[in-house]
Amino acid sequence: MSQALYLDMYRKMVLIRKFEEQARDLFMKNMMRGATHMYIGEEAIAVGVCAALKREDTITSTHRGHGHCLAKGGDPRQMMAELLGRATGYCKGKGGSMHIADLDLGILGANGIVGGGVSLAAGSAFAAKYRNDGKVCVCFFGDGAINQGNFSEIANMAGLWKLPLIFVCERNLFAEFSYSNRYFADLDLTKRAIPFGFPGIEVDGNDILAVHQSAEEAVARARRGEGPSLIVADTYRIMGHTIGDPLTYRLKGEAEEWQGVAHDPILRFKKYLLERQVIEERRIEESELEALELEISKEIEAAVQFALESPEPDVTTLWDDVYERG
Amino acid sequence: MSERIIEFREALNEALHEEMERDPNVFIMGIDVGQYGGVLKVSKGLYERFGSLRAVDTPISEEGFTGIGVGAALAGLRPVVELMYIDFSCLAMEPIINQAAKARYIFGGKANVPLVIRTQGGGGRGNAAQHSQSLEAVYAHIPGLIVVQPSTPKDAKGLLKSAIRDNNPVIFIEHKLLYNTKGPVPEGEYLIPLGKADIKRPGNDVTIVSSSRMVLFSLSAAEKLAEEGINAEVVDIRTLKPLDMETIGDSVRKTHRLVIVNEGVRAGGFAGEVMARAYEEVFDYLDAPIVRVTSEDVPIPYNEKLELAALPSEQKIMDAVQGLF
Repeated sequence: MSQALYLDMYRKMVLIRKFEEQARDLFMKNMMRGATHMYIGEEAIAVGVCAALKREDTITSTHRGHGHCLAKGGDPRQMMAELLGRATGYCKGKGGSMHIADLDLGILGANGIVGGGVSLAAGSAFAAKYRNDGKVCVCFFGDGAINQGNFSEIANMAGLWKLPLIFVCERNLFAEFSYSNRYFADLDLTKRAIPFGFPGIEVDGNDILAVHQSAEEAVARARRGEGPSLIVADTYRIMGHTIGDPLTYRLKGEAEEWQGVAHDPILRFKKYLLERQVIEERRIEESELEALELEISKEIEAAVQFALESPEPDVTTLWDDVYERG
Repeated sequence: MSERIIEFREALNEALHEEMERDPNVFIMGIDVGQYGGVLKVSKGLYERFGSLRAVDTPISEEGFTGIGVGAALAGLRPVVELMYIDFSCLAMEPIINQAAKARYIFGGKANVPLVIRTQGGGGRGNAAQHSQSLEAVYAHIPGLIVVQPSTPKDAKGLLKSAIRDNNPVIFIEHKLLYNTKGPVPEGEYLIPLGKADIKRPGNDVTIVSSSRMVLFSLSAAEKLAEEGINAEVVDIRTLKPLDMETIGDSVRKTHRLVIVNEGVRAGGFAGEVMARAYEEVFDYLDAPIVRVTSEDVPIPYNEKLELAALPSEQKIMDAVQGLF
């Protein structure tokens, strides 16, 4: 792997973390409406997987979708503007946190319905097969969503038709306000692929290199026309279901442990980068990563500034885009 | 343009053949639509002509394959998804209502969902409560969807072709007792625009607004009413959403009386919507209260006598009209 790719992956993870921290702060200041769901602690999955994709490949995301969008190249300014309901946001202020999409970047949308992106991903993969254009689609979803009946319908059709589809189950240990393990008849989620004839593997979702490796293999398999794969990526939902989640259902000390250097995906990757003796021709210096972090902080601040300075949508736009009038 | 007499299902079949020939992005998917030729025989010959990738047989997974249709439409294809009965569309409401209907709006106008859901609605054949519903009002309630209910072979073909070319999701409801009906259909290429009602019978004394099979009932009732000296105008709305209130309003301004016939059950039904719109827009022109003829508020029963009692009929329409004079 090239040094540029390592640094880009680090950069994207930090971008997501800082974006989310800003979004959390704005939400806490009552500057956002509704609900928003934080991807903090799960960054390695979105970034590791999307690093295996081309620009024209597609993804579907979830209600916890900011990370997927940024990992696939989404613009933090338009995202932040959308979170603040501005006319310059990705959805012109009509979607908010759970509906951000950028079709030009292959981002087929976050989704407010748990498991709602699964069929859309299969539809995109179906279109790739139909056109024989070599594209693949990644479907991100949580361990709560794998219990939706539609997952089985889609897994069956994806296996049957050998769709170029990669199911990425972010096993963050929670399904809304419960430990998800309460709801699995069998805790080995990789078995969910077995009846449909495609491989299911489990990876350490906080180890970006392990995630990336598994995604590369699944993407290559899909591009070869051999069909779908299921990647179960183990991680931890640091911030609860939504901002403001009372977290009463969670074991004390657990989240703090996952935020430590042994678990946190960014700290782990940073340690790896610094301890690794040689990347290509030279070492990566800590100062270099710190400079990168500073640059990202400025980028996020600029995104917030852009959002705050952007106008709200005019009320006359209420009726726009319900229908396409060609 | 010369015409020939063909069946409603043949007219739909021609529309599919022509549109799939015309645009390689158009494909059909659903249960047994391919090799078997379709339970409704509407997709007959498509598999032989276009192959398994464009006449796609699916497992019995309505939510899943309807959702695949939505995703494929977002990716730029133009899927025609067949749901064998509209009752089964209840299994696919998630992709239809939460995804297809809203994608364009919530993505700030940057997405299109050029999807057609073809499905079979209505009662009258003893299929009982889970195969006889008229759920058009459910879909007409959802912003972002277009809802079409043709009544004649000619309309069916022209409207289906327009639906396939439209960039919005269209719920295209075919009545199970219309597939075998025959009528004149032009030889060559033609389209019938979505959102335009059609006056199927001109008249001056009363307006009867209906769609789908209820148009046939309304027309036969109108013939009998004519013998009694009541000259009814029958407006086939064809597209429930968007609703052509202009044509309905013009008719009411002429006749001053309105009867609405809809096969859906009364409570929350589409007849109530037309009635409300008419009261809002042409109240001053009415010489009598608006009357609805609908199915009774019961699940559609199996027994023939019971089913006939549940559904609208020619006699019920005549009674409703006569009550206005």
